[in-house]
Amino acid sequence: MATKIVMPKLSPTMEEGQLARWLKKEGEQIAPGETIAEVDTDKATMEVTANTAGVLRKILVHEGESVPLGHPIAIVGEADEDISALLTEVEKSPGGEKVKQSAPAAEERAAREERREAPSPEAPSNGERGAERIFVSPIAARMAAEAGINLRTLKGSGPGGRIIKRDIEAAIEASRQAAPRLAEAAPAQPIPSEAAPYEEVPLTEMRRTIARRLASSIGPVPHFFLTTEIEMDRAIELRRSLNELDPELNISLNDIIVKVAAAALMQHPQVNASFQERAIRYYKQADIGVAVALEDGLITPVVRAANLKSLGTISREIRELAERARARKLKPEEYTGATFSVSNLGMFGIDEFTAIINPPEAGILAVGAAQPKPVVRDGEIVIRQMMRVTMSCDHRIIDGATGAQFLQTFKRLLENPLRLLI
Amino acid sequence: MPLITMREALNQALREEMRRDESVFLMGEEVGAYEGAYKVSRGLLAEFGPKRVIDTPISELGFAGLGVGAAMVGLRPVIEFMTFNFSILATDQIINSAAKMLYMSGGQFKIPIVFRGPNGSAYQVSSQHSQALESWYAHFPGLKVVMPSTPADAKGLLKSAIRDDDPVIFMEQERMYGMKGEVPEDEDFIIPLGVADIKREGTDVTIVARSLMVPVALRAAEELEKEGISCEVIDPRTIRPLDIETIVNSVKKTNRVVIAEESHPFCGVGAEISAEIIERAFDYLDAPPRRVSGADAPMPYAKNLEALAIPDVQRIVAAVREVTYTA
Repeated sequence: MATKIVMPKLSPTMEEGQLARWLKKEGEQIAPGETIAEVDTDKATMEVTANTAGVLRKILVHEGESVPLGHPIAIVGEADEDISALLTEVEKSPGGEKVKQSAPAAEERAAREERREAPSPEAPSNGERGAERIFVSPIAARMAAEAGINLRTLKGSGPGGRIIKRDIEAAIEASRQAAPRLAEAAPAQPIPSEAAPYEEVPLTEMRRTIARRLASSIGPVPHFFLTTEIEMDRAIELRRSLNELDPELNISLNDIIVKVAAAALMQHPQVNASFQERAIRYYKQADIGVAVALEDGLITPVVRAANLKSLGTISREIRELAERARARKLKPEEYTGATFSVSNLGMFGIDEFTAIINPPEAGILAVGAAQPKPVVRDGEIVIRQMMRVTMSCDHRIIDGATGAQFLQTFKRLLENPLRLLI
Repeated sequence: MPLITMREALNQALREEMRRDESVFLMGEEVGAYEGAYKVSRGLLAEFGPKRVIDTPISELGFAGLGVGAAMVGLRPVIEFMTFNFSILATDQIINSAAKMLYMSGGQFKIPIVFRGPNGSAYQVSSQHSQALESWYAHFPGLKVVMPSTPADAKGLLKSAIRDDDPVIFMEQERMYGMKGEVPEDEDFIIPLGVADIKREGTDVTIVARSLMVPVALRAAEELEKEGISCEVIDPRTIRPLDIETIVNSVKKTNRVVIAEESHPFCGVGAEISAEIIERAFDYLDAPPRRVSGADAPMPYAKNLEALAIPDVQRIVAAVREVTYTA
């Protein structure tokens, strides 16, 4: 069956895209995953890949033309399929004006337009949704345009089928959840590279009240802070042994901290969460944002599914992401959508500090330097490598005890990193 | 802060302003010896004497006109109408004289006068004595219209109204004179005219309410919170000049609005607010603005019918459910 290819959202802030170059011509065969065009967004030139197989039947947006998100750019179908119905629908869809500039179809279209102008009081006999009058609330219409959602694909839940704000929110939610499913179908990729899947548990009344009251007392994200001191001797020893095994590995303490944080998050899903207006979203994998200082700012590249990755992989990824971050070559999906973050200022000799949560994450760990300190062990004063960490928690989700339990697990794992193997 | 009634708060405002400025005087039916039909002027005759607290004959047009004349020559009259229903007799002086004088005299005569008294329904006083007339007065350029909903607002706004150089229609509510609230004792406590107050913050729907409807809207908001609907309650406090910015900003946040009012719906203040919202925040609306108004009929005398004619918690709750699509 013939389908439309629409202008995809290629960066978090993208609202429209300019078609830079078609890599396929009309009549050419295309396969899923194949790059078919290049699009200039507000940020960079990005590739558009096909998600269906077929023949590129019709190019609707030509090189140099700009269209908003969700606007059809081409039609894919069987070589001999009749695509006139789809063409009609595309032409009638909102923003159809822009497509009109594409010269080749103009004549055809003009003819059709004439036909359409002939008054026809009856409902369209072919049941085509494209011709129905859509009722939509103003805010819903605006949100749909911004998110690139075609209103004709939605069924309104308001009176008389009016499409309202919550229908758009549901559609955005659905498209977000649909994304990981596509990834599953993609060829052999054992560890997901997409954003963490999650389940949403509606807010209880008490949770809602806690959220409202705390938020009104301090900024939009009510922070509180938990600090603990961690004995790092075993972690340092582990790092030394690993790097001795293979100097190429070059594992850092921070890599171990990220790995341990991911493991602790899996044990404390309440912390691996984000506050939504009416629900708390619990993520099912730990996507850890690692703060990287840049010359004039900072960026937080994300290690996806750090809970599933080996220390070596995490280490390599962080190094590679940090390098590209400094070269400003990160793609948007590589620095957005973390579920938790780690910020380490130990290399600057900082003893301890507090970090500001990167919304919508619920927590961030601020890591200080590990340094030798006198501590009491079995009644004796001994020297140990001590490191102070401070976790900032979003109090709308995490309570004192919840945060403390997570930090306890984090500390226990880091003090005995061999536990990671159990 | 002391907890006092609305009538005591109004009394404090009058007393403080009469002490502060000798040109302020109070005039109306029963304001002196009887200390006011609703005891708002208690103790004022004793303190300020019969030259500044003046009992008038039953002649609204006469003493309203006397007030306008006094204001023209530099005094600051406070004219009490026993209720605003009786101000109907005085509308020629209020609308044709007070509201127009500054304009028609080319700025030579300012009219620093306050017309005050209870507005809206009371308890079974029937059709002629239960009217909410704010839309009448708010309609005319040259008048300011104020409607407090708490004792503190009543005090701060009445003091501002007395100090204001324009004619101010200050509308109280008979059902609210006994309502208590915390009120600052500070003599310099004033609330500027034209500034709305967010009586309760919320995210899902804006309820715009004034005067008697504010406590009703707040109770509706409490009820709705139990269902997880978060209401923002905005009290414009001054109908003219109207702080439409605060209302529009709230609607941009919540996308839905209910306007509660005691007055009749047709050509009412709620209709005006609704029109302003549609003109300024159309793109932000998720549902048509919804008014909850008094019945479009004369106020019945019968107690059960009277209750049906005045918006209550349940009607506001139902309207909120409608605009939030949770009905």
